[in-house]
Amino acid sequence: MTVQIIVIVVYLAIVGYLGFLGFKHTKNSSDYLIGGRKIHPMVMALSYGATFISTSAIVGFGGVAAQFGMSLLWLTFLNIFFGIFIAFVFFGKRTRRMGHNINAHTFSEFVGKRYKSKFIQKFSALVIFVFMPLYTAAVMIGASKFIETQLNINYDVSLFAFSLIIAIYVFFGGLKGVMYSDAFQGTLMFVGMLILLVSVYSGLGGLTAAHEKLGALFANPDAAGMAMAPPGFVGWLNMPASGSIAAWVVISSVVMGVGIGVLAQPQLVVRFMTVKSDRELNRAVPIGGLFILMMTGVAFIVGPLSNVYFFEKFGMTAMAYAKSIGSGSEAIIPAFLNNFMPSWFSTVFLVVIIAAGMSTISSQFHAIGTAVGRDLFYSRKKGEKQNMLLSRVGMLVAIIVTILLAYVLPSIWNDSIAIATGLFFGICAASFLPLYVGALYFRNISKKAAIWGMMSGFTSSMLWMMFVHSKESAVLKICDLIFGKTTIAPAGTIVSYIDPIVISLSLSIVVTVVASLITKSKFEKEHIDECFEGVGK
Amino acid sequence: MFGISDFGIWLVYLLCIASALLCLIYGIINWNKGGNDENELKKDAMWEAEDSKIEENI
Repeated sequence: MTVQIIVIVVYLAIVGYLGFLGFKHTKNSSDYLIGGRKIHPMVMALSYGATFISTSAIVGFGGVAAQFGMSLLWLTFLNIFFGIFIAFVFFGKRTRRMGHNINAHTFSEFVGKRYKSKFIQKFSALVIFVFMPLYTAAVMIGASKFIETQLNINYDVSLFAFSLIIAIYVFFGGLKGVMYSDAFQGTLMFVGMLILLVSVYSGLGGLTAAHEKLGALFANPDAAGMAMAPPGFVGWLNMPASGSIAAWVVISSVVMGVGIGVLAQPQLVVRFMTVKSDRELNRAVPIGGLFILMMTGVAFIVGPLSNVYFFEKFGMTAMAYAKSIGSGSEAIIPAFLNNFMPSWFSTVFLVVIIAAGMSTISSQFHAIGTAVGRDLFYSRKKGEKQNMLLSRVGMLVAIIVTILLAYVLPSIWNDSIAIATGLFFGICAASFLPLYVGALYFRNISKKAAIWGMMSGFTSSMLWMMFVHSKESAVLKICDLIFGKTTIAPAGTIVSYIDPIVISLSLSIVVTVVASLITKSKFEKEHIDECFEGVGK
Repeated sequence: MFGISDFGIWLVYLLCIASALLCLIYGIINWNKGGNDENELKKDAMWEAEDSKIEENI
């Protein structure tokens, strides 16, 4: 444990020093633009990747993959194709140019100014302020669970220690994720995952042999009996049976919710605007693509393969092992590393996980802080000092709520990381994706269409969670209070397993399109010309 | 192939690698494209100045 603590302290010192260097560099530069241009695209892409991928993806969804198998790789594919390629090439460039044209600095300000709507700006900021802590808590749980297993300490102590690290990091100005320290963290993550992939495959005798062993494991009735996956699961190397509960959970919640939801993530959209030119975005695409492949790709391969290791040593599947130690799927990856990897690697990986958590959490708090200070309560009349105070108070409230959620959620949900992440991604996609795409691509879309789409997506998301999707409705208890049961979905059907995003995103797309057809855009030509100046050239 | 018999898994395994390759090829082809012109540079500079002010406020 002493060695591990020393390694963590050394790592934090390096991150702190790099943060300080980046800070000094920016301050001393007389021209921000020229100063910024010196940043290598590799640094930019790794920093974006480190923000994108967090402990939630590696620990949370890696554990889910151990339960549901390699079908989770569809999420990796969507992460690379939508989260990097489509996001950078088709959304990033337009967002950057339009954001600079209308002088927008947050996601809410961007859509608010584009649609000339204070309501859109404030409502979207409110959604970020209220729901982002859920996702931030998911990331915190991932890191704390890992520290708990590695240092063999109580979860509460581990959560407290990680919260302290985050507080110090945020306090010393790492809020927006100073590019160099983020890139350092990204490099660590990349190397750590590469070593993990190679050792897991070679430990099982190579690529083909490893897959064959995993396939054979499900043929063993003892192992299949302990799979602990919903009906429709037919093996870790197979897609779930179509139309089954397992298929709906994997496809609707995990793959769609998180895979598509990433396009409308406020903290990632903002990153596009801070990039210096389209050229940097072009150069970030290959690095980002390879980075995501190495992160979630490896996590979703190692997760399922861990079943072979657990069964050989303990005679039970990964999920059965997690249950035997009183945890959910999020305990699988930490337990796997602890039991089957050399201790030096576990120590390095501990740092990788803390790195992944820190870089994501800092950008999440940044998004919350700007949502409060710039979008929700900003007023020119109040003066600089009062606006600054509001930002900080809002962020403090969000930090406290996040820590409380990270404390409570693991006792409510077995797969708290995956559920909380999916929930936030789903709400963002349903509420913001249609109006965001409309803002970037459709000159004639009206303000009303944007508002109606956003509200229908948000409301249907909330209602589906409260009354139909049993994972959330059972916890929220509103349905139970009114109807005396956890879900109003007909018993024995798959309806209660359909993720809110399937219903609410479809609805908000239809509402936005129909409203665009029946309402007229009242924006002046000058405004639209200003928004689209240089966009899509 | 590679010990994977299910078509859906086999396909996605390849798609993951193919999509990363797509990103790689796109980046190589467009490595030097997309610089800013004079007018855009001015706007970007103003935007960055304001952004750093917001940063300081937080």
